Amino acid sequence: MNARLRSSLLAPVLAVVVAAGLCAIVLLLSGANPASALGAMIGQVGEGQVAVDIVNSTAIYMLAALAAAIGFHMNLLNIGIEGQYRVGALVAAIVGGAIVLPPVLHWLVILLVAAIAGAAWATLPAILKVTRGVHEVLSTIMMNAIAFGLAAFLIRRDQFGILIGNNVSTEPIAESGQVPGIDLGSRGTIFGLVFLAVVAAGVYGVVMNRTRFGFELKASGLSPTAAAAGGVNAKKMIVVSLLVSGAVAGLVGMPEILGRDHAYTLNFASGYGFAGIGIALLGRNHPVGIAFGSLLWAFLEKAKGALDNEGVPREIATIMQGSIVLSVVVAYEIVKRMDLAAEQRRVGRATGTAVEPEAVK
Amino acid sequence: MSMVDVQPSAAGMTMTPPPRKRVLPGWAIFAIGVVAVVGVLATTSYLTGQPALTSTSTMQNTITLGLPILLCGLGGIWAERSGMINIGLEGMMILGTWGAAFGGYHWGPWVAVLSGMIFGAVGGALHAVATVTFGVNHIVSGVAINLLGAGVAKYLSTLIFAPISDNPRDSPPIEQFDTYSAPGLSDWLGDLEREQRVVISDIAGLLRGLVTGVSPTLIIGILLVILTYVVLWRTRFGLRLRSCGENPKAAESLGVNVYFYKYVAVIASGALAGIGGAALVLGSSPSIYQEGQTANRGFIGLAAMIFGNWRPGGTLAGAGLFGYADGLRLSATPEAVHALLYAAVISAGLLVIWQLFRRKWTTAALAAVGAVGVYALYFATDELPQEFLPYMPHIITLIVLALAAQRLRPPAADGVPYRRGEGD
Repeated sequence: MNARLRSSLLAPVLAVVVAAGLCAIVLLLSGANPASALGAMIGQVGEGQVAVDIVNSTAIYMLAALAAAIGFHMNLLNIGIEGQYRVGALVAAIVGGAIVLPPVLHWLVILLVAAIAGAAWATLPAILKVTRGVHEVLSTIMMNAIAFGLAAFLIRRDQFGILIGNNVSTEPIAESGQVPGIDLGSRGTIFGLVFLAVVAAGVYGVVMNRTRFGFELKASGLSPTAAAAGGVNAKKMIVVSLLVSGAVAGLVGMPEILGRDHAYTLNFASGYGFAGIGIALLGRNHPVGIAFGSLLWAFLEKAKGALDNEGVPREIATIMQGSIVLSVVVAYEIVKRMDLAAEQRRVGRATGTAVEPEAVK
Repeated sequence: MSMVDVQPSAAGMTMTPPPRKRVLPGWAIFAIGVVAVVGVLATTSYLTGQPALTSTSTMQNTITLGLPILLCGLGGIWAERSGMINIGLEGMMILGTWGAAFGGYHWGPWVAVLSGMIFGAVGGALHAVATVTFGVNHIVSGVAINLLGAGVAKYLSTLIFAPISDNPRDSPPIEQFDTYSAPGLSDWLGDLEREQRVVISDIAGLLRGLVTGVSPTLIIGILLVILTYVVLWRTRFGLRLRSCGENPKAAESLGVNVYFYKYVAVIASGALAGIGGAALVLGSSPSIYQEGQTANRGFIGLAAMIFGNWRPGGTLAGAGLFGYADGLRLSATPEAVHALLYAAVISAGLLVIWQLFRRKWTTAALAAVGAVGVYALYFATDELPQEFLPYMPHIITLIVLALAAQRLRPPAADGVPYRRGEGD
């Protein structure tokens, strides 16, 4: 247990240290002091609404990362979260603005619509994958691009768009469909749907570790042949996991839409999908790991504004995120090799036969 | 449980079909394809009255926009022929665009190409370190490099370009290449094109686009297609490189340094993507680096490579197709793009005849249904929604992947992790 805990904590810590080191080098090269830059970013958390923004963003990133993690368990790389959450948010906003239902029921229906729309956008890649063997990475990337076109088309004023001020948006969702948040006055408002992310992470943890579906999913991902021999229908698992991943992805836009914007607007945020993939890798598909990864990501994203005062372009936060992902995957691989070698030494000692570290598969 | 444990069989871009024998040599298939495409376009242009489909400017835009896709596709060939999936082409291309703008602003267009290449190669080297040395899953590393490439370009652009161009998202314009036109030939073809004679004017328009205002980047691109073919398929070095993509353990047993070839291939792949970025910067007007300029062209390049069955000639054809879809949008009216639906109907009709000839009844029926459906869409609408036009290449990519993916043969060990001394 101790060794397992060590190896599962070693990799992320190693990765963050390496990434921080890389960024410190970049900061030094651009003539800034890494320590004071970090200090400024931490100081920023106490300013205005930054702390609340971080909490809200953490929830959004968690949803995106959970969507990615569901695919990862099945060895599917759902790059399409970006498009799925956009389509989910757009369709949900259109439907939510068009209907009026009693409170609670109204926003539950909107959430359901978002999940269905997200899953629908993942359907074509899933079908192409199992019937035509098209790799999901390529098909979902294309679907992402097409989602942008679809969004631009549907929000046109001769379609579903209306002009509010000088911003085009969908019909606003009535108050019954809005999810109340926790008002902290000048500190901002925590979205009510932050709890959706917590619930989703909990459900994800239970489903993956305590149900037959989760077992079959993980088994298919770890060894497709063994799972097939055990009676798991691989094609069905691919379709189901991509659709579930798409459904969770459909929810990613919901905290912002139901908690703040109350409509899909032209400046709807983008980039959560790719962040989700990075965070899922960072958190090693574990719900707690994903929560911490999301927190780190949200901190970098929301506190980066402080860097401008230090004379550093805030875009360095993106470099930091990219290098964290790259270092984390490299670190996992190194730790895995170390564990393997340790295991071989242990087996060698136990059986009394000297095993060459490299020769065993 | 982590992504680095991906099973080899699932990691390739497509499922592996049984090997098929080629009936015709590659160049003949290529020639027949070109004739068929020109025929369909000429017919469509005649029947719908849209000369823009085959005009000189459409062809020129096809070249300008197809070149970056072609170069990324070639990069994909280098990497995947050595068994390395390179999803990071997009990020390497972004690095290339920044490098090209930086080098070009200070030292002119030739240095732009060179520095774009170097920046792309750095991205490739990073991918090689992660995947070859550390055995990270190729796609995961590629995704990370895409994030990193975009971040680095943004950061450097804010740091270096913003003070000069007053805009953190753009670079200042850089000097363009002088362009060359074939004297005499270009004017003669122009006269032919203006006469609006069926087929002849169409061919003249397309040819004129090829010989008028030719930029050195086009020549570089064509040379790189030839170079890729010669190096990978006609030299000992290329044979060894491809053997690493087919069966690295067998290659290792013959004394091939697999790590070395994989490193060379992935770095070359990044360099090609970087040149693609430079071609993108030099081809846009004004020639600047812009944030988000690559617009998934790295991924479309990969699709062009798959369309081309991991071979240079086929990739050239694929890049031409995607470049055309992208270029027509710039040079033509929405009605002309709408006429492409008509071209799709004709193509589907030809497919029906071909499938009937081969006695593949189900495919023929499916193609016929598709043809009728697209014709209904053509008949019911006057133009395609403007918002979808930029995404034509993406839609075509999906269709091409859906139709072609099963008939192709990727390198046998594409995406399979390899570690020295781990053979059975």
